Amino acid sequence: MSDPSLTSTTALELARRMRAGEVSAREVVDAHLDRIAATDGVVADGPVWHGRDAAELGPDDVHAYLAVTADAAREHADDIDRRRAAGEELGPYAGVPLALKDVLTMRGAPTTCGSRMLEGWVPPYDATVTTSLRVADVVVLGKTNMDEFAMGSSTENSAYGDTRNPWDLDRVPGGSSGGSAAAVAGLLAPWAIGTDTGGSIRQPAALTGLVGAKPTYGTVSRRGLVAFASSLDQAGPFARTVEDAAALQSLIQHHDERDSTSIRDTVPDLMGGLVGDVAGMRIGVVRELQGEGYEPGVEAVFAASLERLASLGAEIVEVSLPHAPSGLPAYYLIAPSEASSNLARFDGVRYGLRVDAPTAEEMNAATRAAGFGPEVKRRIMIGTHALSSGYYDAYYLQASKVRTLIAQDFRTAFGEVDALVSPTSPTVAFGLGSKADDPLAMYLNDVATVPASLAGNPALSVPAGLAEAPDAPGSQLPVGLQIMAPLKRDDVMYRVAHAFEQATGFDWRPRGPRAVGHGADTTGEVAR
Amino acid sequence: MALSEDEVRHVARLARLSLTDDEVAALAPQLSEILGYAEQVGQVAAAEVAPTTHPFAPTDVARADERRPSLARDEILAGAPHVEQDRFAVPRIVAEEG
Repeated sequence: MSDPSLTSTTALELARRMRAGEVSAREVVDAHLDRIAATDGVVADGPVWHGRDAAELGPDDVHAYLAVTADAAREHADDIDRRRAAGEELGPYAGVPLALKDVLTMRGAPTTCGSRMLEGWVPPYDATVTTSLRVADVVVLGKTNMDEFAMGSSTENSAYGDTRNPWDLDRVPGGSSGGSAAAVAGLLAPWAIGTDTGGSIRQPAALTGLVGAKPTYGTVSRRGLVAFASSLDQAGPFARTVEDAAALQSLIQHHDERDSTSIRDTVPDLMGGLVGDVAGMRIGVVRELQGEGYEPGVEAVFAASLERLASLGAEIVEVSLPHAPSGLPAYYLIAPSEASSNLARFDGVRYGLRVDAPTAEEMNAATRAAGFGPEVKRRIMIGTHALSSGYYDAYYLQASKVRTLIAQDFRTAFGEVDALVSPTSPTVAFGLGSKADDPLAMYLNDVATVPASLAGNPALSVPAGLAEAPDAPGSQLPVGLQIMAPLKRDDVMYRVAHAFEQATGFDWRPRGPRAVGHGADTTGEVAR
Repeated sequence: MALSEDEVRHVARLARLSLTDDEVAALAPQLSEILGYAEQVGQVAAAEVAPTTHPFAPTDVARADERRPSLARDEILAGAPHVEQDRFAVPRIVAEEG
């Protein structure tokens, strides 16, 4: 049995131990593969392991991964070890394992986007993010579960079964990047990449006690990121510490000439600002992103967070984003509109599923009926309606104007303060199935995260404490603090997050009566 | 606004999505509720506001006009559900003369 400490530390500590020769990249990969085989509900067989079908998953299986590229990961690790032994200069994080959301393409494994539409499709190219990771010798362990085409806030919209929250296996990990969050929280990878369109990194990070960041729009290439809403989609890191997250974001943010929305400006160095100091900074509390709809436990942790920031010497001031309350309705017109257009490419011709029918139009419609799940159909319908003749002005155009006003609100606020804060999510992790029949209630999860998405600003979630779930007296579940920064000032949000993290001392390891077993406390065998 | 089942069928046709009668019956009230919520954007005074479609004003991006390797044809076709003579194959698009 491999050393359990290898799966319960930080990415930077693993990198340090590998550089120091204390452990090999192969040992690090094997420790993670062992734990995945024991706890994730995969069929650990062959070069690429697959997550079990929903009906065959056990009640304690995390189901973070849809596919585990076991052979490729071992080979990459062996190659790193050989090159290190030969004296080759390697990147500082060479050998650190990572879980990749299944919406980013990678050669040699299926990319499903959590959908039957793409079941079995193996992409012919690597996403730019995937290439950047490979160049850095980060070892990809596999592809993680997600809400179908990234549409959802619980990962329950995956066609391949729910992912469970490592803090409470009967609760959701958030979404849409729930598999990536569960992998890092569940000791199945120290790093993961997710994507965030309206909160799909930040909300699952909050619900699983992790750091998760949505970089400034345009700083991370979208090439090879299967598009949901192109003007909002952005890949970013999940990690156990702020420093780990900043390091991972640093690896993937750069200009890409093959993404026409990639910005050419460089973002300030993310690691340099991690000095644990926010004295003298002005931090704005967004008046509109609190109060009604936020759970009492979340509000209490948020209030304590503000006191902590003040005790660190930050000046806390209340600021207004007057149009933020219109952010959610605007988002639920803009994102589905873009989705209805982007998902037109799934027509049974170039990739994935086809349901045969006598004419092309009937084939298109039958294929899409069979390949898409209920939430994706709902969003396509909303978007198609919002863009259709007679409704465009009232819906899509008006939402796009509201977007302008929200971006102006951010610019005005950042004239007065260095960073903005709010709760990341109005709730702690909720029970599997508890919101599945009420789409609008599910959408309300995104109320605090969509404003920064619409404006393009960088935002992250950092663990702020634990709170009781309203439906489970005595429970203790993670709560996240959202930190938002001016455009291209991702370094500012990391600086604030780092100081806050140092003062908070949050223990990221899941615990509780239904938490996944640690392994580190025992022999490496996992409680099941 | 309330969306009727006929309107749901119309939108589904635009979206090239066949829906069962049960799906239509479920979607009509759901879409009505979601659109009713989203209609709040209409209460924001924005007549003189320019729309934003993108966080940064998009500009045309052109690369140098140089030949580069493209993806291999066979690799792309390998992911397609139906291929004939190195092409994507589809059912007939134009109806036969009746």
